[in-house]
Amino acid sequence: MSTLKLSLGPLQYYWPRSRVTAFYEQMARLPLDVIYLGETVCARRHELRAADWLALAEDLASTGKQIVLSTQVLLESEPDVKALRQVAENGRFLVEANDMGAVRLLQGRAPFVAGATLNLFNGQSLRLLARLGAMRWVVSPEIGAEKLAAIHAERVAGVQTEVFGYGRLPLAYSARCFTARHFKLQKDVCEFRCISFEDGLRLRTRDGDPFLVLNGIQTQSDRVQNLIDELPSLQNMGVDILRLSPQSRHMPQIVQLYRDVLNGTISSLRALDEMRAFMPAERCNGFWYGKPGLIQEAA
Amino acid sequence: MISSHKVELVCPAGSLPALRLAVDNGADCVYVGFRDQTNARNFAGLNFDDRALNEGIGYAHAAGAQVFVALNTYPQSASWPQWTRAVDRAADLGVDAVIMADPGLMEYAARTHEHLRLHLSVQGSATNHEAINFYYEHFGIRRAVLPRVLALAQIRHVMANTPVQIEVFGFGGLCVMVEGRCALSAYTTGVSPNSDGACSPAKAVRWEQTPRGMEVRLNEVLIDRFAQGERAGYPTLCKGRFEVDEKLYYAFEEPASLNALELLPELVRAGIRAIKIEGRQRSPAYVAEVTRIWRQALDACLADPDGFQVRSAWMGALCGLSEGRSYTLGAFDRPWK
Repeated sequence: MSTLKLSLGPLQYYWPRSRVTAFYEQMARLPLDVIYLGETVCARRHELRAADWLALAEDLASTGKQIVLSTQVLLESEPDVKALRQVAENGRFLVEANDMGAVRLLQGRAPFVAGATLNLFNGQSLRLLARLGAMRWVVSPEIGAEKLAAIHAERVAGVQTEVFGYGRLPLAYSARCFTARHFKLQKDVCEFRCISFEDGLRLRTRDGDPFLVLNGIQTQSDRVQNLIDELPSLQNMGVDILRLSPQSRHMPQIVQLYRDVLNGTISSLRALDEMRAFMPAERCNGFWYGKPGLIQEAA
Repeated sequence: MISSHKVELVCPAGSLPALRLAVDNGADCVYVGFRDQTNARNFAGLNFDDRALNEGIGYAHAAGAQVFVALNTYPQSASWPQWTRAVDRAADLGVDAVIMADPGLMEYAARTHEHLRLHLSVQGSATNHEAINFYYEHFGIRRAVLPRVLALAQIRHVMANTPVQIEVFGFGGLCVMVEGRCALSAYTTGVSPNSDGACSPAKAVRWEQTPRGMEVRLNEVLIDRFAQGERAGYPTLCKGRFEVDEKLYYAFEEPASLNALELLPELVRAGIRAIKIEGRQRSPAYVAEVTRIWRQALDACLADPDGFQVRSAWMGALCGLSEGRSYTLGAFDRPWK
């Protein structure tokens, strides 16, 4: 049985700079093995510039945690590509490639993490990316346990598997900014309204049920995927890393509870019970069971 | 092959009658899929078996038109052979190109069928020249279909930086999200465009007349409610009405089709190699009408791009065929974003 490591995924939301700094100061002290940094959602967000992220990476590296720079998912313009090139050629930190454009810049240059938006759905694609230098791949949240087991049967030795364990699911990306649209603004003059919504802007159905979350050009699930009670099966399957996705409040408690369950100091049942007060919404795990992502299956 | 056209009109066909009508009405290329989850329009009663495809290829080739096969879903490890067989079938039947998204499958196709022309599907989510050149260098793709996210200036920039031909969507259903990077349907219904080849599937739809109006749900999630006399559209997830901060509106996009007809001269001047019409799930009559109008428009534009004028008859007819009877320029037009 493998020892599952814990990673902190890239911050999906747009927070004021001081907030980001304070957040990562907290994270630095937590039992996390890997921290992903960088703006992956929107190139217009600028509270932290590329140099700031690099400086933050440098600071956090001194904690002994593995630091990874994540690239922007949707690349539309030459400035986007230039920013990507800067990250890919940083020469110091591991990079998570979230677009094939990033893979092209990283292949043969340095080992990299193949991000979830590369859509690796089968062994053939995974082996190809491994040949090009992927030392780890992040499983698309759509892929459940059964499909993952089938891919694992063809996995190349030495390529780590990372699964999205906790957080609102990143479901979709668009050229359009839905936060700006909500305020009847165009993206180019968005007034950075998303900075007011530290966990995104909640969208409900017409009968009032929370359904999705608008986060700029990204759409997330309202429900929080939480695989805390799946840790034994994740380990048995040979998953190496479990990703926890940042939220504005109670993130230290969430990280600590995952660590406690992994250490065997508390049961997943008890952790789940404690987590209820720390989660921004109901939980779900449907994707893991090959079902609609929004449902919650009994483990 | 109609070599005199430097811009190809690529039309959809979900059946042999639709393919014939597309060819008859002036399609340079017709794209189709097999009857299974190997393509992104995996709907009941739609698509081609080998016999129909063989007949369709014969019909198209006799008229000088080409046939492309979309194999543009992401194969699952457990059913991998189904996808490689689909590649083999397409190659053996003599299609003019296959349209793919999965890098593993492209690698298989490039290795196994040296002369098979590969196009990168919109489902491959390649929005920048670095990504497109990745597929070019590894698999020798000849053409890439751009996701519906780029403005015209961005498209020009991509074209200036890649040897790969560029195809863009001109008309039809509009994906608001980046194709290949949308799990809204999978999240809500369990049916994934990426792996099952369908979005917001009909089997998950439930209509119900209630005192508050006609409600439509996708797997129990309320997508919209229509008052008496209101036009009730198909509940595609991203075209529903939702509440955000107590405001009720189309949070993602109004029900409308993409129609880039007025941009034809700019697209032609930019060096686009092909214009794609969405809609393999639409009727043969729809395909015939849309193809006929776009053929006329494209011919007029190619003959005289500077003097090109959109005819109101074209727009009227296309509008009548559009979702919600309205249309948008989508991301071609920067303010849409």
